[in-house]
Amino acid sequence: MRRFADLYWRLDGTTSITEKVQALRDYFAAAHPDDAACALAVLGGARQSRAVPLPLLRRQAAAVAGIPAWLLEECYAQTGDLAETLALVLPPSDRLPPPDDPGPPSVTGDLGLAGHVARLAGLRGQKDEEVIGRFLVDTWRVLAPRERIVWHKLLTGGCRVGVSRSLLARALADLAGVDPATMIARLVARAPLDGAAFTRLLDATDAGPDGLRPYPFFLAAPLDGPVEALGPRSDWQAEWKWDGIRAQLVQRDGAVAVWTRGEDLATEAFPEIALAAAGLPTGTVLDGELLAVRGGHLLGFAPLQRRSGRRRVTRPLLVEVPCVFVAYDIVEADGEDLRALALTARRARMERVLSAVGAEPAAFLPPGATAPAGGPTATLWISPEVPGVGWDDLAARRVESRQRGVEGLILKRRDSPYGSGRTRGDWWKWKIEPLEIDAVLLYAQSGHGRRAALHTDYTLGVWHEGRLVTVAKAYSGLSDTEIVEVDRIVRATTRERHGPVRIVEPSLVFQIAFEGVAPSTRHKAGLALRFPRIVRWRRDKGIADAGGLADLARLCRPPLEVVP
Amino acid sequence: MRQVPCRRGPAAAGAAAWLRGRPGMSDLLEVTESGLYCAAGDFHIDPWRRVPRAVITHAHADHARPGCDRYLCAAPGKLVLRTRLGPGATIDSLRRGESLSINGVRVSLVPAGHVLGSAQVRLEHRGVVWVVTGDYKMAADPTCDPFEPVEADVLVTESTFGLPIYRWPDPAEVAAEINAWWRANQEAGHASILFAYALGKAQRLAALVDPTIGPIVAHGAVAKLVRAYRDSGVRLPPIDGVPAGARSVGHGRALVIAPPSAAGSRWLRLFGEASTAAASGWMMLRGVRRRRGFDRGFVLSDHADFPGLVAAVEASRARRVLVTHGSTEAFARFLRERGLDATVLPTRFTGEAPPDVGADGGDDVGELEAGAADEPPVVEGAHGDGARSVEPVP
Repeated sequence: MRRFADLYWRLDGTTSITEKVQALRDYFAAAHPDDAACALAVLGGARQSRAVPLPLLRRQAAAVAGIPAWLLEECYAQTGDLAETLALVLPPSDRLPPPDDPGPPSVTGDLGLAGHVARLAGLRGQKDEEVIGRFLVDTWRVLAPRERIVWHKLLTGGCRVGVSRSLLARALADLAGVDPATMIARLVARAPLDGAAFTRLLDATDAGPDGLRPYPFFLAAPLDGPVEALGPRSDWQAEWKWDGIRAQLVQRDGAVAVWTRGEDLATEAFPEIALAAAGLPTGTVLDGELLAVRGGHLLGFAPLQRRSGRRRVTRPLLVEVPCVFVAYDIVEADGEDLRALALTARRARMERVLSAVGAEPAAFLPPGATAPAGGPTATLWISPEVPGVGWDDLAARRVESRQRGVEGLILKRRDSPYGSGRTRGDWWKWKIEPLEIDAVLLYAQSGHGRRAALHTDYTLGVWHEGRLVTVAKAYSGLSDTEIVEVDRIVRATTRERHGPVRIVEPSLVFQIAFEGVAPSTRHKAGLALRFPRIVRWRRDKGIADAGGLADLARLCRPPLEVVP
Repeated sequence: MRQVPCRRGPAAAGAAAWLRGRPGMSDLLEVTESGLYCAAGDFHIDPWRRVPRAVITHAHADHARPGCDRYLCAAPGKLVLRTRLGPGATIDSLRRGESLSINGVRVSLVPAGHVLGSAQVRLEHRGVVWVVTGDYKMAADPTCDPFEPVEADVLVTESTFGLPIYRWPDPAEVAAEINAWWRANQEAGHASILFAYALGKAQRLAALVDPTIGPIVAHGAVAKLVRAYRDSGVRLPPIDGVPAGARSVGHGRALVIAPPSAAGSRWLRLFGEASTAAASGWMMLRGVRRRRGFDRGFVLSDHADFPGLVAAVEASRARRVLVTHGSTEAFARFLRERGLDATVLPTRFTGEAPPDVGADGGDDVGELEAGAADEPPVVEGAHGDGARSVEPVP
């Protein structure tokens, strides 16, 4: 545990990628393979179910620390981190109270990460509070304060320390002497569950299966100049910019994977898409967008978020938020890498492959459209080209975007290969301008982690019948200096405090941008803004100048049933 | 915990009970627009506006404002206060054990252990004793007299770090960490830049580190106070200033002690490649360490930690406690649950966030000193919770 705690603090103490990779490399080179396998899972974000219920953990920690429960919560409000709070309030090992039960301690010495994880797994399902209490005190006794934080993070189910899978892969690839992409594929194909598997992972000579490895996503850059500067319209293919989640579908030897951007494996979250992808010929990789569509209507981004990131999807959710995949590119066919081909050639190939499985050009109704539901129920679609002879025609189509429930247009150079990363020049996103409104700061809450002591989470409101009602929560888009200034004003104008949340005297007006408005049960106003962010602090405006709820209600899709 | 020296007879229990029974009527101290005011004696303690007569607990800028007609401070801190207020200020001082009667209120100053010359203000009037702690700490500090507990009927205590997450490590261990960091930087050929408040923390650090490792260099704001400390008789290791027009100083070897406001300034270029660190109680929190963006954070505070605050309150034997600065509400509630009559004293300067480097303009001495000690320079509306106060357990 000591070694893993050292790694944790080294990673925590630096923002340099090079130093992080070095710290990981040092750890993996020195750690016992069992611990290393465990560390890989923990750092890779594997979520363990909580071994100890949080209320019990808090109660036990407060009791051992000799402080009332409310004071522990005050401490938590200040640090913004439960694992850290517990570690800071607990007395050092030699001053822990002796156990009531005189039996031998359940743990002695340095167990190692794998040992601690196994011990936690062994506790799962334990209901006897005395047993759990004893377990906690015994463990606190063998851990130094800096180790306790890390252990608490394991215990509470999250040990994020800013390490991405690609960073882990870089460190391991370096150790193994293979290239990082190969290491990512190995990690995905067979996550090492024990020390022996970890040792094999580092074996440079192990060819291993290529698995269901995706290709690096080619990303579009925002169009920053006049569209005419791109040259003749005929050189460019235009598509709608779908408001979904970018993904690659991989089918190899009958096995399928759904990869979302950032190389996250999301197969389990989208079972209907995986099922449809199984019908593709072997050796196919499609690039496209995951969208929530029911009865031919786009459902928007918020419902889609309920589907993504899940390991398991319930049947009611599958019915409520069915998803489709709209393909816009093909990067592998018949097991052959097509990335060097021109877009036109790839598109022709994609249409052939998809037509063979019955896919058609996507045509969806926007969220909340009144047309009858019960449209086509296919899962795989082809992203159609948006016609238009000249740039003017296209600009006119772009204006329809919001009405169609898309984010604008994507322009792709017809003769371009499928590039890698954000190479500029071949793919552009030509988004519609965001919607904007001036809103008033009503509540402020301190941030977490790095921003724990500053108020950086803002709840904003607009006018409705002479009162301000909340409509959005925005994590600051202000500069560091402005954040500090706002923080000071928040403190000076606090009207009430509810734990970490302060209700302030309304005085600050922020211009916020957002992508759309949807009905919501979370905000009193009955609607919520999609992707709200602060554009600027309107020091020139007073709260009377802020926008009204009616302005937002008009933009709501689907429309509000009762328009304020 | 250390024994409480009995410095006076038992508190006048009858008068104290009468006082408690009629809050606000006969309080010896009250908060006015100018600060903590003693009407009976017609003087202020650490006023934040110009007043005729100011009793000063210590020379940090948020406690010692310029412009008052007359100041009273503890004798060891007179030179330091003079450095902050300038040659024109009228400063009286009291030695340890001395007292002064101001309009019938007996005033004495007892060491608070915060910085050189820091004092608790003990007021006695008609048999009732009030003690204002000012800022204080229990930890050892070679540059000032240690905190001495004083018995009181009513204690006005700070609570900058009034939450149990704040428990300071042994300063000797922290010094060893700083020394190790300094040595490691030297091996890498980097200077070591340590940000600390110019008054108190900087001198304490200079006295704590191992001066045989290399040269210690002070920023001008620090150097001025180093002189005042030396002239007051505090022994400090050799500390170099930076000569005007210097192009490079202590390259790759020096420990540079600078105020937080120097972070990111051009002045730091004098030292070439450097590792940065801050020494403060706020460094206890991971989020703060990360936000401040220094390479290292050392936990060293001139304030009492939570156990220290509790010990000081217990040692005072006060039945009534007024809490100011920092985690006031939580600390007052904690004391109430222990049977004390504890309430928040709403002063101009309270707040619980750590100071933010570079966020503030400096004050009259050109540094971020409003937060002098570890105090956040945050102005906050009064939110006393007197309404929630409970009757003291007899």
